[in-house]
Amino acid sequence: MARTPPAPLNFAQQLDRLEEIVRRLEAQDLDLDEALKLFEEGIERLREARERLTAAEAQVKQVLSDKAGNLKVEDFDG
Amino acid sequence: MGHSLDLFAAVSPEGAWTVTQVTRRARAVVEAGLLPLWVRGEISGFKAWQSGHWYFAVRDRSAQIRCVMFQKDNRRLPGPPQDGMQVFLFARPTVWEEKGEFRLTVVDLLSTEAGGLWQLAFEKAKAALAKDGLLDPARKRPLPPYPLRIAVVTSPDGAALQDIIAVTARRWPVAELLVLPTRVQGEGAEQEICAALALLCRVEGLDLAIIGRGGGSREDLWTFNHERVARAVAALPVPVISAVGHETDVTLCDLVADVRAPTPSAAAEAATPDRADVLAELAHLGARLARGLAGRSGRVAERLDRTFDRLTGTLERRLERHHHQLSGLAGRLDALSPLKILERGYALARDEQGRVLKRVGQFPSGLRFRLRVTDGDVAARAGES
Repeated sequence: MARTPPAPLNFAQQLDRLEEIVRRLEAQDLDLDEALKLFEEGIERLREARERLTAAEAQVKQVLSDKAGNLKVEDFDG
Repeated sequence: MGHSLDLFAAVSPEGAWTVTQVTRRARAVVEAGLLPLWVRGEISGFKAWQSGHWYFAVRDRSAQIRCVMFQKDNRRLPGPPQDGMQVFLFARPTVWEEKGEFRLTVVDLLSTEAGGLWQLAFEKAKAALAKDGLLDPARKRPLPPYPLRIAVVTSPDGAALQDIIAVTARRWPVAELLVLPTRVQGEGAEQEICAALALLCRVEGLDLAIIGRGGGSREDLWTFNHERVARAVAALPVPVISAVGHETDVTLCDLVADVRAPTPSAAAEAATPDRADVLAELAHLGARLARGLAGRSGRVAERLDRTFDRLTGTLERRLERHHHQLSGLAGRLDALSPLKILERGYALARDEQGRVLKRVGQFPSGLRFRLRVTDGDVAARAGES
């Protein structure tokens, strides 16, 4: 099996969830308890997403195959 | 007889040439007299052998010459010619000794028709891809909006890669670029690209792939017109952006990709969102989130107030009603009190034991009893009736 680093969490899904939270809060048909819970989750996801966007440093790697045909991922300095 | 003898002498074993001697001599004469030259004519009887060598004839109205083009020479061409095609051949005239045949050893072949062999090979491969549905627009997949892992199949030393890295770092440094280095032109580039694409299929968590190279001559870009390369691109498990050469160069690889970008930089732009835009979108979502909750809690407070008003209003009205009821009851209780009756002048007769005496029969003559009037007790005695 290919041995590459695990894929990061799906950013698109994170944004989708955030949109859903906002829409539900805007629909205003929740009780306060539920609304507060959603709000807190929304704030947390917002923070995570922002962190993800701002902390990232472009990474460039190269994928090679060794003699046995295994995947090898190395830093790329080109 | 002497003449005859001379003639016979010419066919004597000592005087005759062997076949090999003649063909060898003919070959030497031809090769010395006809140096490599350009020949113009029409292809006929073309046949590609298993060995990879091509055999055909080139002819005009009145003559034809057998030709061979060996694999080491024909592999530089985009594809084989077709019968009837007008061509220029650069060839060495020779004699093929084994068959005693005059022929041309062709080292280059140019078609004089529009687009020539390139166009022919391109159209042939394109038709094969179309037949398998690989050019169907319905096959095109949408690009993921926020790719986090992007594979790049290109030359590790090319400007194309530097452009892709620079654009991605500027727009969307969130993404990780995985380079699958390969040669993109020259002998064996086709195989290398296919191997890189096969490797790409094994990388986990990929969102997107970019395949391409910078500009070059038609021959340089030809690797991306190989049917095999195009099929490998079409088979990739993730959406592909193809960017080969410049805007005007369209390759088969471009045609099977999900998106065609005019340049490698444009491919990186198409692959990534702008981080500033996404941050702005996040800020917008944050504002909506806050407004959503504020609206939410504002309304709740309002409703709570209303409920409280209604609740307390009811209670007050209820208490008031109870109050009226209670004072009424108290009045009635008060009115019912026996002391009140006595106040009005009535008296209550009770015997010594305190039992109330209500009938005549309970008062025998001389009975001592007590009368309770409003302000106290009075001793009394029943007289004769």
